[in-house]
Amino acid sequence: MIEIVNKPYSYTFKNYASKNDKILCLSGDLTSSCEVDQFRDEFPNQFVSMGMAEQNMMSFAGGLSMSGYIPFIHTFGVFTYRRPYDQLLASIAYPRRKIRIMGFLPGITTPAGMTHQAIEDISVMRTIPNMTVIETGDATEVESICEQANNVDGPVYCRILRGSVPRLFDTPLKIGDIRVLNSGTDILLITSGICTEEALRARSVLIDAGISILHLHVHTLKPFNEEKILDLLTNVKLGVITMENHLVNGGLGTLIAEIISKHGLSKKLMKLGLNDTFAHGGSKQYLTKYYGFDAYALIKSIEKFIGQALNIEEKDLEKVRIENVHSLSKAEAL
Amino acid sequence: MQNKLKSEEIALRIRRRVFEHCIKNNGAYLSQACSSAEQLAWLYNEALNIGDSTMPSIPENFSGVPSIDNKNYKTGAGYNGPISNEYDRFIFAPAHYALVAYATLIEVGRMDPAGLSMFNKDGSSVEIIGAEHSPGMEMHNGTLGIGLSTAAGIAYGRKLNKETGETCVFMSDGELQEGQIWEALQVSVYYKLDNLWAIVDVNEQQVDGAMSDVLDIGDVQKKINAFGAKCIEIDGHDIDAMRQAKKEKHKDQPLIILARTCPYKGMNYLKKRFPRLHYVRFKSEEERSKMNLEISKELGIEPIEY
Repeated sequence: MIEIVNKPYSYTFKNYASKNDKILCLSGDLTSSCEVDQFRDEFPNQFVSMGMAEQNMMSFAGGLSMSGYIPFIHTFGVFTYRRPYDQLLASIAYPRRKIRIMGFLPGITTPAGMTHQAIEDISVMRTIPNMTVIETGDATEVESICEQANNVDGPVYCRILRGSVPRLFDTPLKIGDIRVLNSGTDILLITSGICTEEALRARSVLIDAGISILHLHVHTLKPFNEEKILDLLTNVKLGVITMENHLVNGGLGTLIAEIISKHGLSKKLMKLGLNDTFAHGGSKQYLTKYYGFDAYALIKSIEKFIGQALNIEEKDLEKVRIENVHSLSKAEAL
Repeated sequence: MQNKLKSEEIALRIRRRVFEHCIKNNGAYLSQACSSAEQLAWLYNEALNIGDSTMPSIPENFSGVPSIDNKNYKTGAGYNGPISNEYDRFIFAPAHYALVAYATLIEVGRMDPAGLSMFNKDGSSVEIIGAEHSPGMEMHNGTLGIGLSTAAGIAYGRKLNKETGETCVFMSDGELQEGQIWEALQVSVYYKLDNLWAIVDVNEQQVDGAMSDVLDIGDVQKKINAFGAKCIEIDGHDIDAMRQAKKEKHKDQPLIILARTCPYKGMNYLKKRFPRLHYVRFKSEEERSKMNLEISKELGIEPIEY
């Protein structure tokens, strides 16, 4: 079975922050929800409870940075940019404060509905000058996020996975890298965040059906490694499919579209994700299926993309799911 | 740093300089000089414990916004002296008072009068709405309401660092309409930030006119005290009252001084425009020359040549 890691952020942050007393843990009344409650209990001097007051939290963090501290802001992703957008820009992004914004519940990974689902955070964050944008996709990436984020000379927004997180990768996240998970020549499949696990589920079935897939996992959305993608894009035969836990507008898919058009490449692009729609509350499995970005939706989309039926049924996918996941630790070996 | 001049004299000079600028440039944030001259004179001349300016007396031109490639980026904070443990940190919150801030820097010897000729000129750092890189500024406060939160964050960090210097914010009362101010008060009170204090220019004005007509916010002193800060109300043109207010004990509490002011203090002729005082510009040459004559007289100077 695939390894499921329990609360990787909790011990990662604790181990990292406890070694640097200039790091302050800020929380917007979501301390256990963001898995920093244990840190709060063990290192109360490095914990600053900000209450439900995000506008103040952003500017206050700016002030802490101006007095020599490194704030790690903990709240749900949505609450870091929707309400306090003005403060995010004026107090954090413009002056390039070394503030690490840890956004939990990315996309539809919460049953709490529209108000809690950060579905446009990447599109917003990546258009803000000076901002670095990272999305974690497995436990290993969560385990490397604090150190990697803190190496950034400027503000960083990170999409963090919480709770039970699968381990897909055996090498740490390195900002600016793109993971090549499978080589192939027909379709370039680019996934990020939780969508990579879904894509891995579909992949072996697709390969069995004779589709040659070049599969990439993207964690650094900004600055984006255009050079690497460009090289791979140029050589793929049928086109590109992106799958993201986000609106298809403004995120990973758009990013790829920008590169394709910038370089005048003639490549078909299909973007899977939330298609110009809000989501509602439900489980991750239900929502990714309902909105068309789970493993089976990927297969159906590929059929459409290549104009050919692959005769794969959803139950086929169920059968391979465990085996496939079981072999994931080798995914990066190429 | 004690200037040879009395704060009262500096306040008069601030009004004169801003007025001169207004006449010569056919408009300015003039009323803000009327209301805040004493506060800014007092802050720079007496209240703030700050070192000499570390910046050139004639401001450098705009040298780009902060970016990973802009290694020479500097804020305008150096005009308020170096940042160090014992010195105060000063946050200038109402960015549209920038002209008054620059005039103050000139009158207390931190900026050359020639610096003002760069005001609102393309490519200059002496911007009409104070930016981070403008003299005397350390952050963008053009979006009103972020100053107090930022200062609270600085004050919190300075407490952790066991620094002796205080953190001071100069604010305007219009921004008290912003919810963030009250969030900042909650946090400052909860964390007992008694190394934080603010003086608020309560001129009861905002862009659309008098605050009482736009969105009356009631008894501010009562509200701030109810939030748990130490709030004192004074006559904002009485420098002695400021001195006394600053001496008030506020252990474990931030101190907020409400300086009640008149938006045409020292330039009574401006009252004719009340309550449209946010930005004074002239509708006709007649109005300009008449105001020049009348207010020059009030300020004890010859009419401005323009």
